[in-house]
Amino acid sequence: MAKLETKGVDLYYGDNHALKNISMQIDANTVTALIGPSGCGKSTYLRLFNRMNDLIPSARIEGEILLEDKDIYEKKFPIDILRREVGMVFQKPNPFPKTIYENVAYGLRVNGIKDKKFIDERVETSLKQATLWEEVKDKLRKSAMELSGGQQQRLCIARALAIQPSVVLMDEPTSALDPLSTHKIEELIFLLKDNYTIVIVTHNMQQAARVSNKTAFFYLGELIEYDDTNTIFTKPAKTMTQNYITGRFG
Amino acid sequence: MSALTPKGNSTRKRILQIVGFGAFRAITGFVVAVLFGILFFIFHEGLPAMTWKFITSNPENGMTEGGIFPAIVGTGCLVLGSMLFAFPIGVMSGIWLNEYLKDGYLKRFINMMTNNLAGVPSVVFGLFGMALFVNQLKFGDSILAGSLTLGLLALPVIIRTTEEALKSVDDSYRIASLALGASQWQTVSKVVLPVAFPNIFTGLILSIGRVSGETAPILFTVAAYFLPKLPHSIFDQVMALPYHLYVISTSGTDIEKSRVIAYGTALVLICIVLASNILAGFIRRYYTKKNKT
Repeated sequence: MAKLETKGVDLYYGDNHALKNISMQIDANTVTALIGPSGCGKSTYLRLFNRMNDLIPSARIEGEILLEDKDIYEKKFPIDILRREVGMVFQKPNPFPKTIYENVAYGLRVNGIKDKKFIDERVETSLKQATLWEEVKDKLRKSAMELSGGQQQRLCIARALAIQPSVVLMDEPTSALDPLSTHKIEELIFLLKDNYTIVIVTHNMQQAARVSNKTAFFYLGELIEYDDTNTIFTKPAKTMTQNYITGRFG
Repeated sequence: MSALTPKGNSTRKRILQIVGFGAFRAITGFVVAVLFGILFFIFHEGLPAMTWKFITSNPENGMTEGGIFPAIVGTGCLVLGSMLFAFPIGVMSGIWLNEYLKDGYLKRFINMMTNNLAGVPSVVFGLFGMALFVNQLKFGDSILAGSLTLGLLALPVIIRTTEEALKSVDDSYRIASLALGASQWQTVSKVVLPVAFPNIFTGLILSIGRVSGETAPILFTVAAYFLPKLPHSIFDQVMALPYHLYVISTSGTDIEKSRVIAYGTALVLICIVLASNILAGFIRRYYTKKNKT
């Protein structure tokens, strides 16, 4: 059983056919990289899995999107339960203008958890998982806005992990960060993959090659090729993939 | 020298710029000068009346002597009453309009109506308040009727500032919150409102300044010509600063003798408005700084 699966998914923004008949399976506890030029649909595809496309009024979706074989677009699958299971990290670090502690605790609080000891534990564990604990343990009550961009992004990862999802979606999580912070996030992804299913959109070929087990190449709303990262980067089946990863277009 | 630049062109540009900005500066200076002129005049004429007794005692001798205490209290009651009514309703409408209502005909229609409401002359609000609150609902000339009328007047401004304040909150906060499984209401109440609050509050204080100076809406709904005692309930009439000013400068017992008191009243009124505007500025700056760090 695949952790995540799409069966013949089409997505339209008004008249714009943004995803064309995408069928793909993503296994549990792997890192899958989605690559392709801007506007190819890879971020749109990523947002299918936590239904963030629902926020765009003109978006229309056809086909099946499954989490552990359950259709997540069915009425009986509550959206807040889905989003507890499928966390997300965004392109620009977007911590709330609250304290570091409150940022991580937020997801627990909105999901109805009030036990202070449990929240304390989750905050500490999540910050440790996001390799941020040592840097912030003495200033949990300080504003998250005081952290550097890289620290803020790791805080956002901790915030996503706090509600114990099994899937983490990452939408170009390092594109706004400097090389050192990028390196830290990549190390973190490496650590997380034993326990989480990670899907990451990236513009950075080296990043895809470094962190992922499997890579999917999107172009103009179509899934061109999907295979082991090694295969994609050494002997891709399609010339188009070859051209893209060697930088001949994109 | 570049072939693209004809000789003398740069000098002409510079002169044009000096003349242009010189004119703008002069016009701005003129506006500021008029403003300071008014302030100086009011302070100059009003300061002699400014004594502790003036602020804390009743009008005496046909309102040609004594103080304006009842009018200050009356204006305070009206401001408080109108804000208790208009602030919650205005903020709730603003939240609904910006956070829940999808773009479309209804939203455009409501926005058009709030804009129109903001442009209605205040004397029309006064007439409406008299017809509805004083006569139809039988509140009589009372603090209640006057507060509701003033509240209606402030409502479109509060709705607008609430909407603007919410609009300026970065969408990435909303998206981050929703992605954690929060409902839309949790997102609004726990993330969006705290960020927008300083600006909403600034709108509140600015409308206090506006409401405290309005005369026409209270004319037929609450204001008393002369009532040297404090109100006991919301069904009592009160004196109010702007109306008191109008009365003693147009239809008092002795307009010449009341002149100093009139300027003193104007000074108190202006000070209330100035103070609320300055306070609004401080609050905005304080919270902007706090949110950044």
